[in-house]
Amino acid sequence: MIQEKFDAIVVGAGMAGNAAALTMAERGMKVLQLERGEYAGSKNVQGAILYADMMEKLIPDFREDAPLERHLVEQRFWMMDDRSHVGMHYRSEDFNEERPNRYTIIRAQFDKWFSSKVREAGATVLYETTATELVRDNYGKVRGVRTDRRDGEIQADVVVLAEGVNGLLGTRAGLRARPTPDKVALAVKEMHFLPRETIEARFNLKDDEGVVIEAAGTISRGMTGMGFIYANKESISLGIGCLVADFQRTGETPYGLLDHFKKHPSVASLIAGSEVKEYSAHLIPEGGYRAIPQLYGEGWVVVGDAAQFNNAVHREGSNLAMTSGRIAAEAISQVKSRRDGMTAKNLSLYKKMLDESFVIKDLKKYKDLPRLMHTNSQSFFLTYPQLVSRAMQNFVRVDGTPKVDKEKVTIKSFVRARSWTGLFGDAVRFARAWR
Amino acid sequence: MNAEQSVRVEDKLYYNRYLVDVGRPHVKVRRHTTPSLQLLALLKACPARCYELNDKGQVEVAVDGCIECGTCRVIAEPTGDIEWNYPRGGYGVLFKFG
Repeated sequence: MIQEKFDAIVVGAGMAGNAAALTMAERGMKVLQLERGEYAGSKNVQGAILYADMMEKLIPDFREDAPLERHLVEQRFWMMDDRSHVGMHYRSEDFNEERPNRYTIIRAQFDKWFSSKVREAGATVLYETTATELVRDNYGKVRGVRTDRRDGEIQADVVVLAEGVNGLLGTRAGLRARPTPDKVALAVKEMHFLPRETIEARFNLKDDEGVVIEAAGTISRGMTGMGFIYANKESISLGIGCLVADFQRTGETPYGLLDHFKKHPSVASLIAGSEVKEYSAHLIPEGGYRAIPQLYGEGWVVVGDAAQFNNAVHREGSNLAMTSGRIAAEAISQVKSRRDGMTAKNLSLYKKMLDESFVIKDLKKYKDLPRLMHTNSQSFFLTYPQLVSRAMQNFVRVDGTPKVDKEKVTIKSFVRARSWTGLFGDAVRFARAWR
Repeated sequence: MNAEQSVRVEDKLYYNRYLVDVGRPHVKVRRHTTPSLQLLALLKACPARCYELNDKGQVEVAVDGCIECGTCRVIAEPTGDIEWNYPRGGYGVLFKFG
């Protein structure tokens, strides 16, 4: 056993773990952080978008030396069928501001940098160390972790579980359930490299401007899922994800979907001639508010993906991770500064503070949306995209048909596919889940 | 051969860096004669195609190309069909970009 005792052990060096370790170290706590990868980031996978506001709360001047790719000036939403996409694009010069709001990043590089800041703040970071088990005393209070190193038991007053979506320690200790196939999506991603100028020409960008494309429709073959294309400086992050339960039910393969997405005429031209340098996969929590587990207990708190914090509607996960990590750390340091014990009662302060933040408020707002999307995936991801595509084609194709007749055809196609009650029901259900 | 089968996952995994923990696989399949539906689902759902059928019709796992997503754990750990751990510290996939 390592004799030294720490104020806190943080398990994991992703966004949540780094935020927590940094915050506690900055407040003078004695922090040990464990990361199973060779370096922070070597096991972490994300699209990835970084949200500046939440990062500024941790490292106000992060723009000075963080490895950022492009700041986003444009957002594209695509509703796709097999040969077309109907798009909504929002681009604004307002996003070319002194302190841009969102950036594309490459997680392995960003996390490595973030981890260096954690060390600078005074935390001890042990890489290449897999935490295998929580250590509890006779009363069930968590008093440390066991690792795969020799004599690998380490003690601390509190353990911050920032162990990611799979969260082995917490589930094994019975602190929360293992995620079920209907509550997590599997996303696969490739990194496509192209010369800078080529990316800028294809996406209509200058300098460090960036663009995000989020795509849904027949690309997920009736499953609940989305595709994404993010422009980095000299690469494009491209991927697609669907609920694990849907993969299980349909027998579709993740790489088959990815390949299909890449071959879509709207996508193929963006990545033509690229060199692929990495293929990765990751689970994404999709259960929303209703899937949030118990967040604290005797000697422990859980943050980030391990707590299933992800806003599926806005595609936000990493900002919820870093915010929950920061808030947990603030709560812990408040308890410590009062010289109180790390009991469940005292650590409930974390939940209280989190409830007041956008993290829980946002998830609450969309609490019914995951269920709606998951149970009506055929309509939302297959039928409607096809109908909308046909409606658009009917609208723009000039062929001598009177416009009145064209409109009738479009309306009929919607009614035939979903019926009036179906259409009305979908609209009401969607509006209810959204509000 | 349709387009799906022609996707060569091995080629994709070739881009990645790994440090293989020889002789210590982090995922194991429970011995069986006839695979469960959960195990069979892994043949398709695993993004690195680590699961294959052997000539006796049993599901086998080869973890060398595993990208540690946890999909198989979510599907087949609850039934006890597989045992799932993280690789030892430092081993497994090493993402350069992530």
